[in-house]
Amino acid sequence: MRFMRSVSIIGAGCTRFGERWDDSLRDLVVETGIKAIEDANVVGEEIDGLYVGNMSGGRFIEQEHIGALISDCAGLSRLHVPSTRVEAACASGGLALRQAVLAVASGYSDVVIAAGVEKMTDVTGGVAADALAAAADREWECFFGATFPALYAMIARLHMHRFGTTREELAAVAVKNHHNGRMNPISQYQMEITVDKVLKSPLVADPLRVLDCSPITDGAAAVVLAPTEVASKYSDAPIKILAAAQASDTLALHDRREITTLDASVHAARKAFGQAGLVPKEIDLAEVHDAFTIGEIVAIEDLGFVEKGEGGRATEEGLTAIGGKIPINTSGGLKACGHPVGATGIKQAYEMVLQLRGEAGERQVDGAEVGLTHNVGGCGGTALVHIMSR
Amino acid sequence: MAGIVSYGVYVPRYRIKAEEIARVWGEKEDMASNLNVFEKSVPDSDEDSVTIAVEAARNALKRGSIDPARIEAIYAGSESHPYAVKPTGTIVGEAIGVDHELTAADFEFACKAGTAAVQACLGLVSANLIDLGLAIGTDTSQGAPGDALEYTAAAGGAAYVIGRENLAAEIEGFYSFTTDTPDFWRREGMPYPEHGGRFTGEPGYFKHVTSSTRGLLKKMRTIPEDYDYAVFHQPNGKFPVRVARQLGFSMEQIEPGLVVPWIGNTYSGSSLIGLAATLDVARPGERIFLASFGSGAGSDAFSIRVCDGIEDIRNRAPRVRDYIEDVVYLDYAVYAKHKGKLRL
Amino acid sequence: MSTVPRFWRHIPQRYNLVGNHCENCDERYYPPRTICPNCRRDAKMKEYKFSGLGKVVTYTTIYNATDDFKRQTPYNLAIIELDEGPRLTGQVICSPEEIEIGMRVKPVFRILGKEGERGIIYYGTKFVPEKGSV
Repeated sequence: MRFMRSVSIIGAGCTRFGERWDDSLRDLVVETGIKAIEDANVVGEEIDGLYVGNMSGGRFIEQEHIGALISDCAGLSRLHVPSTRVEAACASGGLALRQAVLAVASGYSDVVIAAGVEKMTDVTGGVAADALAAAADREWECFFGATFPALYAMIARLHMHRFGTTREELAAVAVKNHHNGRMNPISQYQMEITVDKVLKSPLVADPLRVLDCSPITDGAAAVVLAPTEVASKYSDAPIKILAAAQASDTLALHDRREITTLDASVHAARKAFGQAGLVPKEIDLAEVHDAFTIGEIVAIEDLGFVEKGEGGRATEEGLTAIGGKIPINTSGGLKACGHPVGATGIKQAYEMVLQLRGEAGERQVDGAEVGLTHNVGGCGGTALVHIMSR
Repeated sequence: MAGIVSYGVYVPRYRIKAEEIARVWGEKEDMASNLNVFEKSVPDSDEDSVTIAVEAARNALKRGSIDPARIEAIYAGSESHPYAVKPTGTIVGEAIGVDHELTAADFEFACKAGTAAVQACLGLVSANLIDLGLAIGTDTSQGAPGDALEYTAAAGGAAYVIGRENLAAEIEGFYSFTTDTPDFWRREGMPYPEHGGRFTGEPGYFKHVTSSTRGLLKKMRTIPEDYDYAVFHQPNGKFPVRVARQLGFSMEQIEPGLVVPWIGNTYSGSSLIGLAATLDVARPGERIFLASFGSGAGSDAFSIRVCDGIEDIRNRAPRVRDYIEDVVYLDYAVYAKHKGKLRL
Repeated sequence: MSTVPRFWRHIPQRYNLVGNHCENCDERYYPPRTICPNCRRDAKMKEYKFSGLGKVVTYTTIYNATDDFKRQTPYNLAIIELDEGPRLTGQVICSPEEIEIGMRVKPVFRILGKEGERGIIYYGTKFVPEKGSV
């Protein structure tokens, strides 16, 4: 479990997240690609490979073969750059990042781009919901009437029953993330909300309400990777990848060892901390997977930032706010920043790059030196954890 | 000699009261008393004639501890089969775990499709062509909103395992009377049936039930007093009482099998559920007279003698009374949503 | 919802809760698995029919569903632990107020969904509270 050589991020870019009616998937890819490449000071001829996370081009825009598509859009097809689409539902972006890291770490490739993109608004809400449900177990969960929010709602229900987590504590996650998103120029939502507003929003799957759930979003993000030993050639502030870990677990929630713990997150985190030689309290900030408010609460427990069962209380007490002990989701998370499925894992890396460079503006965490990103597929079938530092 | 090896019923738990239907349609008359039907069963939105047939069949198998592999014919009768083409019987077969060595077909003859299925099974069993047969009468009948039938059109089903040995009740004989009488019908593709109003009475129900009954009594050389119980098809709570009196049967004889006041007219399930309610209480050696009626029109009459075997099996599955007592009341709006009357 | 062959292939599993049992490690699985996660290639898998009796581990009431299930909302969905061990996901038919963690349930045969007005009807198993039902 060792990199052959160290890898760094030398550039990053991200589109505005939101309902991008005027822009197609191709437009979003080009927009983010240009930003990342310019930030990295690379030219096309230097690019050895592309990895792109995209969950469901087929369902959303009836397009597969996304690897070839982005290479083409980026003008790299004539250079015949190898381009690979990876998919792990909502963790497609994190997976693309890890694959790109491994390509550079192995010595096989030098400059590699890891991107993520999802164009979700070309179909109606009902079709989008069904496409997202494919992250769950279609045969044995969806066929019986399960929706994606319903699975997380069942996790929430049991978490509340077992640990006394309250509805207000769930809402506190959404309130914090909206507060952070307001300070993030690329965030889909840039307005504050209150606990009361969350509790009054319509029920989706009890106990989760509309404001507990991340939205349908269009967006794309990209980072450029290079071997650490040559990174300073491209960037004044390269960000070193200390760990890139991944774990799988059962697809269906009912097959998990423990419903209120995402073992995939626990195992990926354990491997990541092991690889980086660090422990949770040495992390300065983290971007975690809050597809639903309960997701963030469970994540900060599973990643080891708080004890199992304490996630709700910790959030309500401000532990995870920007000035708190372990700021979580300074970007606004999935909830406020938006969740273009395949792009999220890369957006998390983009936010981490800004924070570690000191370029996060109003939402800057003082003294940020080591950050962690956490990306989950479905309700825990896959988890990706990356640790990076200045 | 063949007969009933086991039986099972199922009635959905939702009910709507006649007075609630009357309220919605501004009906000032006391419809419940007029019809002697106080409430009727309503299927849940995820129930249909197939799911009802499955529950009834599972109850029949459970009651008699029947090995499904012995069932070699399944005939399901209904006027609300969910598919016009694709049999209810095959889905029931799969759900009760039959092996694949059997024949199946669906029956339709308005409310007597179930008893026709019983006759078909009796034929195959008596001729030693099959081991056990499964006959089912099941319906989720529809009454057009605002029509008189809406007060009685209900949902329910019964399943009978027919065989030669270990009988719970022997079928001593049957007699059918059938004519071409258009008293009540539904054209292909139409959601609700049409009926001839008062024409469904004398030329329909009464003519056929009295003809089949008199025909069977003559054939069996019996008189009404020879029977301990009588079950007649129950489109409402008045017709079976009147026809019983006309034929010389008493209220005491028909009372245990008269279920329509509490669950409504379950169409193909009607007389078979009435029979089941009677079997739930009848003792070995007692005799039951049964006459069904199906619009179109026809009536099947059966002479049944209860055997010792009934005592062993009677309580191994829910009785009709258990279903009658398990109720959840709906108002008209929820009822309409369940019955799919709101065209979405 | 789905294609016909995909639904047909699992009719015994949906109608009758047929899973399997690894005779090597004695663990039971529903839905059935081709490979036992404990024993992998050493597994000895035999068909096993579950009684359908079990208890609610966790649940939710769905108010907002995918197009296929829109007409049925609100409905309860639960993770149910069968008495024989494995857990499955299924609908529980009762009011949202009635369902609770630990509640005993039993199986019923119901319509799972329909492919519009012209497509096929998918049947399968849902659950009702054991207490107070016939």
